[in-house]
Amino acid sequence: MLKLTCPNCGVTGEETEFHPGGEAHLKRFGPGSSDDEFRDYLFQRVNPRGVHFERWRHQYGCGKWFHAARCTQTLEVFGTYTAQTSEIPQNIIDAIKSRRPDWEPEA
Amino acid sequence: MSDPVTGLKGAHFTGDISVTDAGLIGMISIRGDFNAPAFRNAVAAVTGHAVPETRAISGDATGGLAWMSPDELLYFCSYAEAPSKADALSDQLTGTHHMVAVISDARAVFRLSGAGVRDVLAKGAPVDLDPARMGAGEIRRTRLGQVAVAFWFAERDVVELVCFRSVAGFVMDWFEVTAHAGSEVGFHG
Amino acid sequence: MSTRLKSGGRLIDRSRKIGFTFNGKRLQGYEGDSLAAALLANDQVLMGRSFKYHRPRGVVASGVEEPNALMGIGKDHRFEPNQRATLQELYDGLVSESQNHWPTLDADIGAVNMLMSRFFPAGFYYKTFMAPRAAWKHLFEPVIRKAAGLGKAPEVADADRYEYFYAYTDVLVIGAGMAGLKAAREAAEAGARVLLIEQTAHIGGRLLTDPVEIDGQSSDAWLEAERAALAAMDNVTIRTRMMGAGVYDHGYITAYERVADHVAAPDAPRHRLWRIRADRVITATGAIERPLSFAGNDVPGVMLAAAVRDYVALWGVSPGDRTVIVTNNDDAYRTAIALKQAGLEVPVILDARPAAIGALPRQARELGIRVEVGKGIASVKGGKRVKAVEICAQAGEGSTLETVECDAVAMSGGWSPVVHLWSHCGGKLRWDDAMAHFAPDADRPPTGHDGQGFVIAAGSAMGHLNAAAAMEDAQAAGRRAAAEAGFTPSEGAAPSVNVEDEEPLEAVWMMPAGAGPKLRAKAFLDYQNDVKVADVHLAAQEGFESVEHTKRYTTLGMATDQGKLSNINGLAVLADSLGAPIPAVGTTTFRPPYVPISMGSIAGEARGAIFKPLRKTPMDAWHDANGAHWEPVSDWRRPYTFLRSGESVEQAVTREIKNTRTNVGLLDASTLGKILVKGPDAGKFLDLIYTNMMSTLKVGRCRYGLMCTENGFLFDDGVVVRTGEDEFLCHTTSGGSDGVHAWMEEWLQTEWWDMQVYTANVTEQFAQVAVVGPKARHVLEALGGTDVSKEALSFMGFIDGELGGIPARIHRISFSGELSYEIAVPASYGQAFWDALMKAGEPHGIMPYGTEALHVMRAEKGFIMIGDETDGTVTPHDLALSWAVSKKKEDFIGKRAMERADLTRDNRKQLVGLATEDPATVLPDGAHAVEGKNVYGDPHTIGHVTSTYFSPTLERSIAMALIEGGSQRMGQTLSFPVSADKTIKATVVDPVFFDKDGERQNV
Repeated sequence: MLKLTCPNCGVTGEETEFHPGGEAHLKRFGPGSSDDEFRDYLFQRVNPRGVHFERWRHQYGCGKWFHAARCTQTLEVFGTYTAQTSEIPQNIIDAIKSRRPDWEPEA
Repeated sequence: MSDPVTGLKGAHFTGDISVTDAGLIGMISIRGDFNAPAFRNAVAAVTGHAVPETRAISGDATGGLAWMSPDELLYFCSYAEAPSKADALSDQLTGTHHMVAVISDARAVFRLSGAGVRDVLAKGAPVDLDPARMGAGEIRRTRLGQVAVAFWFAERDVVELVCFRSVAGFVMDWFEVTAHAGSEVGFHG
Repeated sequence: MSTRLKSGGRLIDRSRKIGFTFNGKRLQGYEGDSLAAALLANDQVLMGRSFKYHRPRGVVASGVEEPNALMGIGKDHRFEPNQRATLQELYDGLVSESQNHWPTLDADIGAVNMLMSRFFPAGFYYKTFMAPRAAWKHLFEPVIRKAAGLGKAPEVADADRYEYFYAYTDVLVIGAGMAGLKAAREAAEAGARVLLIEQTAHIGGRLLTDPVEIDGQSSDAWLEAERAALAAMDNVTIRTRMMGAGVYDHGYITAYERVADHVAAPDAPRHRLWRIRADRVITATGAIERPLSFAGNDVPGVMLAAAVRDYVALWGVSPGDRTVIVTNNDDAYRTAIALKQAGLEVPVILDARPAAIGALPRQARELGIRVEVGKGIASVKGGKRVKAVEICAQAGEGSTLETVECDAVAMSGGWSPVVHLWSHCGGKLRWDDAMAHFAPDADRPPTGHDGQGFVIAAGSAMGHLNAAAAMEDAQAAGRRAAAEAGFTPSEGAAPSVNVEDEEPLEAVWMMPAGAGPKLRAKAFLDYQNDVKVADVHLAAQEGFESVEHTKRYTTLGMATDQGKLSNINGLAVLADSLGAPIPAVGTTTFRPPYVPISMGSIAGEARGAIFKPLRKTPMDAWHDANGAHWEPVSDWRRPYTFLRSGESVEQAVTREIKNTRTNVGLLDASTLGKILVKGPDAGKFLDLIYTNMMSTLKVGRCRYGLMCTENGFLFDDGVVVRTGEDEFLCHTTSGGSDGVHAWMEEWLQTEWWDMQVYTANVTEQFAQVAVVGPKARHVLEALGGTDVSKEALSFMGFIDGELGGIPARIHRISFSGELSYEIAVPASYGQAFWDALMKAGEPHGIMPYGTEALHVMRAEKGFIMIGDETDGTVTPHDLALSWAVSKKKEDFIGKRAMERADLTRDNRKQLVGLATEDPATVLPDGAHAVEGKNVYGDPHTIGHVTSTYFSPTLERSIAMALIEGGSQRMGQTLSFPVSADKTIKATVVDPVFFDKDGERQNV
């Protein structure tokens, strides 16, 4: 069972305090988008074996959402960061690369 | 006009620790930009407390101000004065983006006391309750068993705990099991 | 015979006799006895029957690894089956019974299974019970169920309490033997918070039986000094009777504390399941001795060698007067020496190795014990207990060289480190050929949240069976754990341990090496599941190469001991059969818990009244006292109806509906969600959240709104109230308040974080009461305080005011079609307000009504209910709610999805009303409508009933349904086959059955 640090309130809590929210950094496609764009937005997920960016909510704590970079294979958590961003912060990229030198962020 | 009653209706229980209804307490949820001087000043002017640091509580349930999230505070005052305090906050915050909501009736407040209080909480809250890590002045929002709670130490062996009103009876029942006489653990000093 | 020795037994108090029963027989033991020890002391060697062949079985071990001595302990509300007699501490009045036999332990009919054993080979069930299918239900299953299974399931509720406990520590040390104590001390001296847990009631581990010299003093003195030192440290907690059960991700460990299993009628909770988070975990879990595989190795009286000397040293019990020792290593000689020193006979030590030249064999010989090298046991003679052993050459096929009479056999096949906890979370193992065991591979530990190893195995659990090496290893482990947890450990040499050196063992997986099929069929690997060497051979012959497949095929290691004794022997036999090296065959997966734990501990405190949270409204107690027939609505309980004496539920519902439509009814609507949405962008935000336009709502007015997911499917609805220029109050369904609030916050925090909007879930701030019916206004007027006339408060409006002196927000909204006010008051005044309404309404015939009346009245009006008319695949258009889906808005959640081809099909399932041909017939909920045939030739389902009631108002049945192309089917008659010989016919009608023009509420 995971241990996560909420960047909003600083609590390091166990998984039961949090609620998972799936893949992070999805771009919303609304009216005017093509069927393919909308399908991908709704249903296509990367599901990697390795580094994954995901959304979590500190449900039983401060109630705020945040993002986590985590290895789906070893469950190592490289870092957590604000949900109010569309970009992966550089310090998170650095933290991942220090542990997974071969990993490259997707373009 | 009739008298208001708490969700716990004055219930109390004594086992390994003592668990009591803390009574009617005024509570106001305040949301705004903690970095904005206008917000900080308004809050301080009406509540008498500075905006607390992250996860800190100033005062207690009889009068205090708690950090609930990066944009939410919980103010404790007397039940009767909550509406007027809320109005005063709204007045002071006019012109800034904010929310002030009286939630005195939406919550139940417990007072827990006894040497085993940390051990009893540890039966339901996945929190490091070592006195060196969870001491006075900190408010911890978490779960107790299956329900959301927030608690803090008002004194050395005294905890104030807030939960939703609808589950107040459930939480009291929970304490009657976990603090049943003879259930001491003796883990937290 | 097995008996109590005149002296010895360091754990028992001979001055305190304890009475207990076994299979109804009154017996006596001493305080400090385990049940197994006390039974042996009473010459009760036969302790149970095996699972498959019902063979007589005795105790084999002295601890958690015991496979045979499973008992039913306690009685009535405190009865629990399958408890290990080796772990059960004796208490006064303890009631125990053996298992797996009928009619009695001594005379068991099922034992005939063994005579049939050649007909019960590995995979027997798979091979035999294939066909005919019908035989399963009537023949195979009833017979198997009667014969199989371990103890009886309890029949009455458990009287005990259970609980969880969350604990945090820097270093968790599992096992308080020599290594655990040393590691804990090192970590604690460095300043780390240390939690040291021990599964038995005593610290000391094997030192209690096998003392050594530590730093020139006795190990007893060392133990006492360590215990005292640890007890004196504030940063150390020692808990006994607490077993490390499972190791999980990110330093999460479950531990099972048997708080009160040793007490007759405890005040304390029986078990406590600890949920521990530790930076570092040290597994000082010791090692388990392996049996040897020889014919008859399961006859009662054949025991592990170390267990035999445990019974002597710890409880002063001798398992037999004449004990033959059979071994492949030096350690078992300790048993011979201990027995001899206790004045018991050891006729011979059979050592499978070609020579026995170590210090321990020398001591044994000096005591005059006969040692035979290169020898083993061909077969054990005896049924319900050992009578003799036939000696053979280990190298041969088992010809008897000599028969030696004895009443016990102490066997040792070497030791396996307890690697379970290391392995639970992914720690890897290495095969140690010299020791013939798997040990933790320190380079491949389980990793935690930071990617670093968080488990350190120490002492014999790491493979260091020599006490001196174990001490050094434990010291290093404690220091490393402390350092990795951020503390500075001390330096210096480990205490010196003076212990006899041991010569290497020789791996023996079959005794004798050339045993033929006859002997292999009596050589048991897994005692509890009756898996023999022959079964594993057979599995290999039949092509089972993977150890995981062989396990399932033979059931090796699948019993409640999870193969603690049998796994290594089993996979060695498999490897031998396959001609592969043991590490290539590998082990099966180690899964938590290490030892079975009670279901009660897993449930924790969540039983009875606190099984799950029950939400109650402020008027709950009144309802309960006034005949409420409860219904769960998400986590709330709500009155389904209020029963009066002599009434049926149906009669009560009918009365409530008629009264509400004629006079006035009162509904506790407090459970409805209420979410405050405030800020300059509140209107803009709600335009995105709701399908209809909310920004145009005027202050002081209410509007019914729909919420969809991005898929375009309806998931919640409710009335939105505009309370200010930048403030709205959104009502949600009773079950939806938390979800809708979270939904709004999710969008605000993760997608539209630039919007200036705050939300608050104020559901429980208010008690909400619906006052409904033609006389509703009279009731409110009687309370007084606020003008609620048609002019002052029109339909879909609200006023903030007070009623009867209580501050109130009065909404004029209706879910029944009647004149209706929904009034919110502070929850603390809820009961007072309810009382005031009941009193004021008395002259008007006021009655409370429940959720069923609410449902029927809304269905009469054709109003949909989330969860009845919706199921996560239904759009507003499907429900003829297109009027509430804005065409003007550029965007809202679900808008894009509604343009998808599947959501614009005209033959989607659409809402219709149904009138049964017979007005008295009520369609069953969920009944399917059929039309034509599908591709399989079966009736084609075109839809189903979503709401169905008998309407007391219309005095006929009414229903709503979702039907393919339903909007084009007005007037059609549909068929609803509800059973093989009954089809209900119903006509498609307008779903608004009552007061189509809404005149009743417009007054």
